[in-house]
Amino acid sequence: MGTGSIYRKLDWKLIAYYLVLVVFGWLNIFSSVHAENSILFDFSQRYGMHFIWMCISIALAAAIIFIIPSKIYNATAWIVYGLMIVLLLATIVIGVEVKGSKSWISLGGIQFQPAEFSKITTSLALAALMGKYGFLFKRTDCWIKACATIGLPMLLILLEKETGSMLVYIGFLLVFFREGMSGWFLLAGLFAVLEFILGLVFSPFVAILVLTGCFLLLYFIKQHQAPLGIIVTVVAVTFLAFLPKILSIDAVAAKNPFSADIWVALAGCAAALFFLAKDLVLRHKNQFLHFLLLSYIVFTGFIFSVQFIFNNVLQDHQRARIEVLLGMKDDPKGVGYNVHQSLIAIGSGGLFGKGFMQGTQTRFDFVPEQTTDFIFCTIGEEWGFVGSLAVLVLYFLLLARILNKAEQNDDAFTRIYGYCVASCLLMHILINICMTIGLMPVIGIPLPFLSYGGSSLLAFTILLFIFIRLDLDQWRYLKQ
Amino acid sequence: MALSISRKNILLAAIAIAFLAVISRLFYVQIIEDKYRINAENNALKYKINYPARGRILDRNGEIIVDNKIIYDLEVVPIDVQPFDTLAFCEIFDLDPEFVKERFDYYKRYRSRIGFGSVTFLKQVPGEMYDKFAEKSYMFPGFDAVVRTARAYPVNSGGNLLGYISEVDQNFLNTHEGYAMGDFAGKTGMEMAFEDRLKGEKGYEIFLRDAHNRIQEHYEDGIYDKEAVGGSDVMTTIDLHLQAYGQQLMQNKVGSVVAIEPSTGEILAMVSSPGIDVSQLAEINKYYSELINDPYKPMFNRAVQSAQPPGSVFKVVNGLIGLQEGVLTPDTKYPCHAGYSVGRVHLGCHNHVSPIDMYQSLMMSCNAYYCYVLRNILDNSKYASVGDAFDKWREYVTSFGFGTKLGTDIPYELAGNVPTRAYYDKIHGKDRWKSLSIISLSIGQGELGCTPLHLANMCATVANRGYFYTPHYVKYNPGDEVDSTYTTRHYTMVDTTYFPEVVKGMELAVQGGPGATARSVAIPGIVMCGKTGTAQNPHGSDHSVFMCFAPKDNPKIAVVAYVENAGFGATWAAPIASLLVEKYLNGEICSERKYLEQRMFEANLLSRVKTK
Repeated sequence: MGTGSIYRKLDWKLIAYYLVLVVFGWLNIFSSVHAENSILFDFSQRYGMHFIWMCISIALAAAIIFIIPSKIYNATAWIVYGLMIVLLLATIVIGVEVKGSKSWISLGGIQFQPAEFSKITTSLALAALMGKYGFLFKRTDCWIKACATIGLPMLLILLEKETGSMLVYIGFLLVFFREGMSGWFLLAGLFAVLEFILGLVFSPFVAILVLTGCFLLLYFIKQHQAPLGIIVTVVAVTFLAFLPKILSIDAVAAKNPFSADIWVALAGCAAALFFLAKDLVLRHKNQFLHFLLLSYIVFTGFIFSVQFIFNNVLQDHQRARIEVLLGMKDDPKGVGYNVHQSLIAIGSGGLFGKGFMQGTQTRFDFVPEQTTDFIFCTIGEEWGFVGSLAVLVLYFLLLARILNKAEQNDDAFTRIYGYCVASCLLMHILINICMTIGLMPVIGIPLPFLSYGGSSLLAFTILLFIFIRLDLDQWRYLKQ
Repeated sequence: MALSISRKNILLAAIAIAFLAVISRLFYVQIIEDKYRINAENNALKYKINYPARGRILDRNGEIIVDNKIIYDLEVVPIDVQPFDTLAFCEIFDLDPEFVKERFDYYKRYRSRIGFGSVTFLKQVPGEMYDKFAEKSYMFPGFDAVVRTARAYPVNSGGNLLGYISEVDQNFLNTHEGYAMGDFAGKTGMEMAFEDRLKGEKGYEIFLRDAHNRIQEHYEDGIYDKEAVGGSDVMTTIDLHLQAYGQQLMQNKVGSVVAIEPSTGEILAMVSSPGIDVSQLAEINKYYSELINDPYKPMFNRAVQSAQPPGSVFKVVNGLIGLQEGVLTPDTKYPCHAGYSVGRVHLGCHNHVSPIDMYQSLMMSCNAYYCYVLRNILDNSKYASVGDAFDKWREYVTSFGFGTKLGTDIPYELAGNVPTRAYYDKIHGKDRWKSLSIISLSIGQGELGCTPLHLANMCATVANRGYFYTPHYVKYNPGDEVDSTYTTRHYTMVDTTYFPEVVKGMELAVQGGPGATARSVAIPGIVMCGKTGTAQNPHGSDHSVFMCFAPKDNPKIAVVAYVENAGFGATWAAPIASLLVEKYLNGEICSERKYLEQRMFEANLLSRVKTK
């Protein structure tokens, strides 16, 4: 068989999804910025520039498929990773400040964001690390190495004050999960977010009640005593809920220097420590119970540090965005402005939308960053629910196909890289869209393949096409 | 293997759940929730932009230099327009029916793009037209007028000092944040310098439209509306009437006049002639090509952008350097027999008594005297070479502000030129030049390029006896946050003790009697100090230059007049500058000098200026 037939095995479906998204994005960028008499190929305008970037991206994609040897990725993964770390470091020093974050580098008049590209190098490095024979998540040195691989770029990007891009790396935990990390870590992460919100919106007391309830339930379920567990949980939580009342009875209150949440936390942690110590002395081998008790103590600590994290670690604008999102503050003209305008735009789209270039919200730039981070508004407004749904379905098909292809691949490097690609895309898609529809605080990261911006389009193209190229190798081996 | 497959499916399921959550939220926002109702067929939000009034520009006494007047932009929602009486419409707005037809053809062609939107039909409709329209507006459904403000100028004073505003273009938008098409911004002069304070903030109102595209109500009771915030007024240091008087004196002449209050660095007047008339300023688009093609370049702010040789007024600087360097004392006498001759070098001078001391040299503006001074400075044996001495000289000169941008708030200020040692090395060969080679610097000729503002600043420095405040035209009121560069005394490298000596010479030049170059412009009752200059230049007749300050003690005003190709300093620049001084200090011109004022008003020197 000649080489031509190999390319018949190219994953044309993935390529088609990609092309549809990119062209659709371009049309929406055009629609967002067009004025009277504008033409599609006006290079002084964003849509003209984006067209150039599209051509560059597609040319690069072709080069990745047809020219660049696929062996190079695994072989040079660490070198490229190292170079990117140097580049990220350099950005912190010589970067250009754009909108509060120092994450752009200016090279010969063209500005680009190294952070966009470090996703690729991190993915390759992870694939090289975890794809090696003998890598096991159970081994401490292994998972520490894996965490360090994603932790280093995260730290550097955080130092560039580009928190949004940093969050994307959390998606690599999904790859870890696939490669053997316990699912409890993911659940614990989600639970931490929930506790964070509860602690902020209500009070640490409510957060502790929920924590205690969940852990009691979990324990009894694991002991196969679910009915008993429900009863115990309801009784315990109800009793604890009355604790503030009891503590504020005058006679009690007189001798009571702590507030209710401190009492519960102290009592809970003391009990947990007691059982932990008892089990260790009696050499019971109930690992799950130990894990549960330790987690309880850690989470209690976390709940009490929420206020501190919120007030001291987060930056002012991040704090404000979270407050607005959680309904703690109403600020339609300030921080909530973007999201509100975005919701008006998307909401006004209705079922079928207003039609291409008919968006009214777009005309006076009421939605800021309409072509970059808020491109989904234009889609929602002009193409309606049907259009938004189509985009989401397309994204889902793309992700599912990457996962399936990755899973089918015999080469661990390709599989892990595929999962990395899917995780990056997923995080971008979810964070971006959830932001525009008010489910997440405003975090400025682009929507893959749709947003305006040379850096991001180029980076996502490279990310995806390396996978398509690696996937092609599967067939090459079969033929040999 | 069974485990890993299930993990993939767990992930896929989790992704599906997340996507479903997003989709249900979209379903809620786009289809169920009424708050964002407005769908394509019936309702739509209409955003109405409210433009803020631009801040006014005031003079130092609070009088208005630049004001606002209300004009209207006529907007039209093409889809709402019904057949109307085109003739009556054209009559109101003084239009050609053909124009109306063209516009509507255009709207028809782009109807899908315009949709329910409104477009601007006519810009800057004056109030009288709007009144006529308002009476009959029921006849023209779909048309609506939006209030905007345009610039108005109560007094013809300022011209290109004030600068103009114009609609922003794509270039401007690319480099400035917070502007949109249709906005105006200051492009030159004060309008540009104070743009941030003058512009204000745009506001908008959001309305709901019903199925008939009629505006119904404020969306959400207006909580998302934003009020326009008018720009702040800016007080300047300009004296409105002095400025106007300066323009009157300079009419039909090419050049500039700059007046500074020495004790503060505040610019009292800054005339560049010919300038832009304020009537043209208000409608700059209409006159733009005419102005840009005018051979006398009225758009060009000569006061800060025209660097020319300073001529004899520069002798003051050389004198001061000589005193500081110890190569000259006020009593040093030098001979002059109609010039200075050494070998083949000859620099001419006019007839006056000889020998003379430093005071007399300033009084009579002797060229030869300053040839001696400069040579003494440059051939000073305490320096290893002429080059080293020249470096020192250059340092002195730049300490007066020459050859540098002064750091004023005036846009497009030029640095001018003070030649460097490297420059002469290049011309003559390294260290192959002598003090004689550059002797013309002694009388302010040669490669020196100074703007009238530089000269005015130097004059203010002498008036202050040794220091200057950076000239500026923003006026601070008590309590304002003051830019410290404007309140810092900048000392020159010449000790303040030497300044009274040159002041005495400058006093003699005006008040000194026979031989004094500027005695014809002495003002009765005011002790004025001055120095004439006649700057040779490659463009034609000599430029007429004069700098002066008054009163001698506690000077209130320092003026420089620079009249291009006009001849002797004493003939044109001196009368103009002295009249300005008199006007400022006394409020009027005394009767014996009325003829002088008359002559300045009437003189037309434009023909002396080569426009090619």
